[in-house]
Amino acid sequence: MADYIVDATVDITDVVCPITFVKAKVALEELKIGAVLSIRLNDGEPVQNVPRGVKDEGHKVLRLIDNEDGTYNLIVRKENDE
Amino acid sequence: MAIDYKALKNGGFMRQVQKNRFSMRLKVVGGNLTAKQLSAIADIATRYGNGYVHLTSRQGVEIPFIKLDDTDAVKKELEDSDVLSGVCGPRVRTVTACQGEKICPSGCIDTYALAVEISERYFGRELPHKFKFGVTGCQNNCLKAEENDLGVKGGYIINYTRENCTLCGLCAKVCREDAITVTKETLTLDPEKCTNCGRCVKSCPTDAWTGESGYILSFGGTFGNLIAKGKQRLPIIKDKAMFFRVADAALDFFDKYGGPGERFRVVIEREGWDKFQSAVDKAYATVS
Repeated sequence: MADYIVDATVDITDVVCPITFVKAKVALEELKIGAVLSIRLNDGEPVQNVPRGVKDEGHKVLRLIDNEDGTYNLIVRKENDE
Repeated sequence: MAIDYKALKNGGFMRQVQKNRFSMRLKVVGGNLTAKQLSAIADIATRYGNGYVHLTSRQGVEIPFIKLDDTDAVKKELEDSDVLSGVCGPRVRTVTACQGEKICPSGCIDTYALAVEISERYFGRELPHKFKFGVTGCQNNCLKAEENDLGVKGGYIINYTRENCTLCGLCAKVCREDAITVTKETLTLDPEKCTNCGRCVKSCPTDAWTGESGYILSFGGTFGNLIAKGKQRLPIIKDKAMFFRVADAALDFFDKYGGPGERFRVVIEREGWDKFQSAVDKAYATVS
């Protein structure tokens, strides 16, 4: 798969559902279309649900990186401004 | 005047402890009511009842404190606003449903559409005892499918396309059954572990996983005096025509072998699960 350059990062490990998704969504809103966001999230419920939420909003999930410390980095490319 | 309580119950009038007062049960399908229906119900509760309604445990609405003399007028007024009477007694009851795929991101099937079809086909059908259908959209089971005589749970029959896959590993992460293993080079699925929950499909960023909607059925659930979980006896069903053939077979089995006042579960256990299995297998195998 093509490489990517991370334009911005957001850490949502300090919040719980449903704020996890809201925080990720707000971070995406601040970016331009085509920009890549790295979202640091916790194992468990956040990694199960946030990627699906991001996909449902029409953005592109590029990669999920296991940080092997109970967190993941979800790499997302912003696809729309809605 | 002699009161025909049986006839009243057929029409959804539940006798109250208060003399000559009835709690009027309304027909609700899949837990949805329109704003128009709600305002008609509110109006009737204000004018003929005690100004409130009761929400039942199965998504129904009852208007308590209706006077016997007012029943005809109440029925007529409600019907004018598309609100119909519910049923009680030995027949197919309210068909319940969660919001399903049309509203809920987790849903795998259109629960409301299916509930409407089930209701149109079976609602009010007389049987040896009450019979409950419930439709839930996914394995999260918000609607508690297995509590019902016949429960329906939505699922996905999953399919994997290697060419679309980036081996990102999300599906392996979201799978609650550990059915998917992803390494740097490969993805493997253990079909034995798959419960058709569809989480891999829902989360896949590249559509490498795709899913086809299906129905997972459970039979013989009951959660009243007797508590027993409905059992899954068939593989996931893809097409609606097959679902209805199987449901027809289940209801016919109940009708044929059930004695008055016997719940579906009791009948299956008395006749034997094997015998019931042959009845539904036959319907499952029939090609439409």
